[in-house]
Parts: sequence; structure tokens; C-alpha cells
Amino acid sequence: MGAKTALQGNRPFLFRMLASSLVRRRSRLLVALTGIAIGATVLLGLVTLCYDIPRQLSREFRSYGANLAFVPVGGALALDRGLLEKARAFLPQGELVGLTPFRYESVRSRMLPYTAVGTDFTEARKTSPFYRVEGAWPARPGEILVGGDVAERTGLGPGKTMPLDGRNSRRERYDQEFAVVGVVITGGVEDEFVFLSLSDMEAMTGEEGRVDLAEASLSAGKDELERIAGAIKAALPGVDARLVTQVTRSEETVLAKLTSLVYLVTAVVLTLTMICVATTMMTVVLERRREIGLKKALGADNRRVAREFLAEGLCLGIAGGLLGSALGLIFARVVSENVFGRALNPELFLIPLTVLVSALVTVVACLAPVRRAVDVEPALVLRGE
Amino acid sequence: MANIMEIQNVSKIYGPLKALQDVSLSVPPGQWLAIMGPSGSGKTTLMNIIGCLDTPSLGEVILDGVRLSSLKPGELTTIRREAIGLIFQQFHLVSYLTALENVMMAQFYHSLVDEGEAMEALERVGLSDRARHLPRQLSGGEQQRVCIARALINHPKLLLADEPTGNLDEINEKLVMDILHKLRGGGSTIVLVTHAPEVAAHADRVIVLEHGKLAEDRLNERGGDAGPLAAAGLAESEGEVGGAKMAS
Repeated sequence: MGAKTALQGNRPFLFRMLASSLVRRRSRLLVALTGIAIGATVLLGLVTLCYDIPRQLSREFRSYGANLAFVPVGGALALDRGLLEKARAFLPQGELVGLTPFRYESVRSRMLPYTAVGTDFTEARKTSPFYRVEGAWPARPGEILVGGDVAERTGLGPGKTMPLDGRNSRRERYDQEFAVVGVVITGGVEDEFVFLSLSDMEAMTGEEGRVDLAEASLSAGKDELERIAGAIKAALPGVDARLVTQVTRSEETVLAKLTSLVYLVTAVVLTLTMICVATTMMTVVLERRREIGLKKALGADNRRVAREFLAEGLCLGIAGGLLGSALGLIFARVVSENVFGRALNPELFLIPLTVLVSALVTVVACLAPVRRAVDVEPALVLRGE
Repeated sequence: MANIMEIQNVSKIYGPLKALQDVSLSVPPGQWLAIMGPSGSGKTTLMNIIGCLDTPSLGEVILDGVRLSSLKPGELTTIRREAIGLIFQQFHLVSYLTALENVMMAQFYHSLVDEGEAMEALERVGLSDRARHLPRQLSGGEQQRVCIARALINHPKLLLADEPTGNLDEINEKLVMDILHKLRGGGSTIVLVTHAPEVAAHADRVIVLEHGKLAEDRLNERGGDAGPLAAAGLAESEGEVGGAKMAS
């Protein structure tokens, strides 16, 4: 009978020996199993969080402001509002936080020049959550916000009025008085502006449908944003969609650092797991020197002894990996709910991956003890030396 | 008939200690040889060398026509697996395997596992009802009988027993010696290490080691030429123990 056939025929007994060893020596192997399970718990927990963190944090990052801007292409001075609505159709509704149009006009108030910004206040609150408004946001026609610097220079604030006048593109004169309901403070250029609703601006200037700039805030990563921008540019030649690099870059940097940190912790945990398993297996080998000696005395060659130990390590790795995966999901869920305040959305493919890594780590950790195992001299250990 | 074992001027030296000194010995097939001597006389060293568990520093061992000195460690393992059955004083059963599984383990490392055959081997040593018990659930005598069943399962040409009754009470000693008698009757070649003269008295031939040297080599009164004895035993008892069949 060929060696291969004998090997196949003996496989059920190999599994029987393994099962007996694992089940009847379970108290001995509990330490190794616990170590592997803890490693797998941390591994699956952290990698699950790693996958979920971008999703968890992307909405948090929206507080940085818009991450996609729409500007006119080439020589065009402004966007057509209809074109902007077409661009909106390209934005995934599930990921869209807000889309805010901006129109800029040079106006004067009491002989002093200002930049008036016509916008949609409802959308602006979504895309620019960092706007701090003292007073109230405009809710009715004729209500405006003034920037912090404007308020400081002019003494304007909630309850005061501000006349605006100027000329439209047809050189026609306009003049209208608005009620200041709030002061907007951003620490940026917005503090120099006067904000009014886009409809008020269109009514004041007598010019409709023009937008100079639009900003969108999407819960999406850099790659997704680039894909959306590319699709819009390809489909709508009049619109140039650009990533707001300052925001997306910050987002990418923070996520990359966070992910690196998680992977570093994971690597440390895996190393510790490997040391724990290797130490435990070393103890197991020392405890079983006599058994190894006996097997060698009965005719087991080094390869067979090594294979049996590695198979035992593999079983331990798989069992620990499965146990750790279950605990890891619970760990990730607890962290997700308590740290991010959101439900976890686990990636199920990480479970077999964790089991695979656990099994691999355990087998690698077993290599050194197994090498010692096969060096056992049967004659010495059988007479108790 | 060619000798199953030839030991030619074998010495084993550990630094300043000479465990064996120039020992020569021939064992014909079917002979029951007892090796006696006080502690430290070199009995176990000689048995380890015969059992391919150790190698001599000087001299030659020829087992079933094969010169062991020319073999590599892997080939010695093969000889041990194919030709030798080992019985230990400490039994050395694997604690997490049942009696039956301990016997099957010897099959596992030899060729193909056959549970029925392993069960038959346990029946022959009177342990079929204890087959599913773990070693800790067996008495010393029962453990030694499992050890014998394990040693015989692969039909070795040479059975080596190191103080097989050393840890047994009188009743179990008799049980074990009865089994060895049946094996000898079946034609097995047995090499038994013992310090007890009453155990050595069962053998066909006794050698005595002292300080690593062969001090005495005698046939027991009822012994004589082991060949004819073995042939007679084979005719009488074949199939009773049946684990170790001779290749003559």
C-alpha cells in the first residue's frame, strides 16, 4: 500500500487523536485558547472599527464644511441655476448633507461698500455648520445676517436695519432696506459679508437664475468625491465640480492617522498573541516530551510529530479565531455605540479573515516549540531524563 | 537458521563512563533472552541500542540481517517501526487516548489503522472490556497489558521488554509473564531486561551484565537450543496470542 494511501486511510484516526487531545486536555489548552481568542477579539474589533470609522466619522467631518464646489467653466461668469439642479441629480441622495448656492454682489450701505451674498439659509446651515450666528438665522423675506467684522465696524446687530443699494448688470439701480436678525462669525472671510436669501437678492437686483458658486457637503471619501466630480464634469460641460481639497485632505489625513494607529495596535496585539501562544505551546511541548518520545519510539518520524503539533495548533487557532470573532463583534459594537454614538455596520467578510489570521498566527507561534519537540531523544525521555 | 540479532564488540561510552564494554552476543529467532544485572550495569543501554533508540560508540549491531551502523536516523526509525515492539516498565501510554486508541496509535505510525485488529489485540491480553477506558482508569497491570498489545499489534520480529513487571503486583506479574510465555510459544523473539531472577527464570537464556561487561551467558535448564523450542511453541500456540509472528 502506498504511503499516500496509508496517509489518507489514517486521516480519520489523526482527527480522532487531535479531537481527543483537544477535548480531554482542554484545561491545559484553555490558556492558549484564551490567548488566541483575545487576540482575535481585538483583531476583529479593531479592524471592524477601522472599516466602520470612515463611515462613522464622515458625518462628523461634515462640520468642517462643504467638500465639493461647483464653479462656472471657462469664460462663463456664473452658473445657470437650472444647470445646478441637473448637477444635484448626480449627488447620491443618501450621502448628500446639503447643497448651497452662493451669489455675490457688490453693494453699498450708507455710502460704504460691502459684498452681499445671496444664499439658501436652510442649506447653508447644513453645509457650513461652523457658522456661529449670534441672534437668529433669517427665516422670512427681508431678513439678513451681517458678518462679525461688519457688525463691529457699523454697530449693526439683531433688531437694527441695513439699507443696501447698487446697480445690476443692466446698470439699473436698486435700493432696499433689510432687517438684521443675526451676526455671523466664522473667523474667516465670511465675517466681511452681508448674507441675504437668494430670493431676496434676486428680487432686489431684478436678476434671476444666476449663481456664482455652489457648495455641496457629502458623506463620502476622496475617491467617491472624485468619481462624482468626474461624472458631473463629463455630463455637464458648463459646470466644473472641484473637491474642496483643504477639507478632503484634512479628512483623509485624520482617517489615515487613525487607521494607522488602529493597525499599529492590531500588530502589537497580534505579536503579543503570538508570544502568548508560543509560550503556551512551549509549555505544552515540555509537558508532553514523554509522549513525543513515545511516538518517536513507536516509529513516528520528525515530520509526523511536527505535523501533529501544527495540526493541533491549527485547530486551536481556528477555535480561538471563531470565539474571538464573536467577542470582537460585541467589542466593536460596544465601542461604536459608546464612542461614536452610532450603530455598528460590521463587514462579515472580516470574520473568516480573522479566523484565517488567528490560525496562521497560531501555526507560526507553534513553529519554534515544534522544532524543539522533534529534537526530543526518545531514549532519554522514556527513562525520565 | 540465521540469527535475528548479532551484537559484535559493542561499547557505549559517555565521556569517562563506559556504559557498555565490548559486548558480543547472538540471538537466534524465537529465543527468549533475559538481560540481568544490577543498576548501572548497562542493561537499559544495551536494550536501547538493540531497539534503535541509541547507537553504540564502538562495535556493530546486525538486526535481521541489517547493519545498524550504516543507517541514518530516519532509517533507524523505520527499523524501529517495522521490526521492533517495545514494552516499558512505566507503560508510557498516552494519557488522553483510550486503551484501544493507544494500540491503534502504533498502527497509525506503522501502516494503516484497523480498529478491529486493535480490538483483537486487546482481547488477546484480556482487556476487550476495558478498551474504551483511559489509562488513568486502568490498573497498573491493565496498563502493562495495553502496552503489550500495542507492542504486538504490528507483528514485530523482536519484542523488547524493559522491566515489564517492575511496577506490578504478583497477580499482574503472573498475567504478564503468561502472555510472554504465549508469545514465545508463538515463535516471538523476546529480549527482556530485568533485575529479578524469578522473572529471568522464565527465559530460555540469561545474560548478566556487570559494569558494562558481559559477565555471564547461560541457558536455563529447560531452555537449551531456542530454535527447536520456538518451533515447538509455534506449533502448539499459534493464534493464541498471535500478535508477533516470526519471520524465520
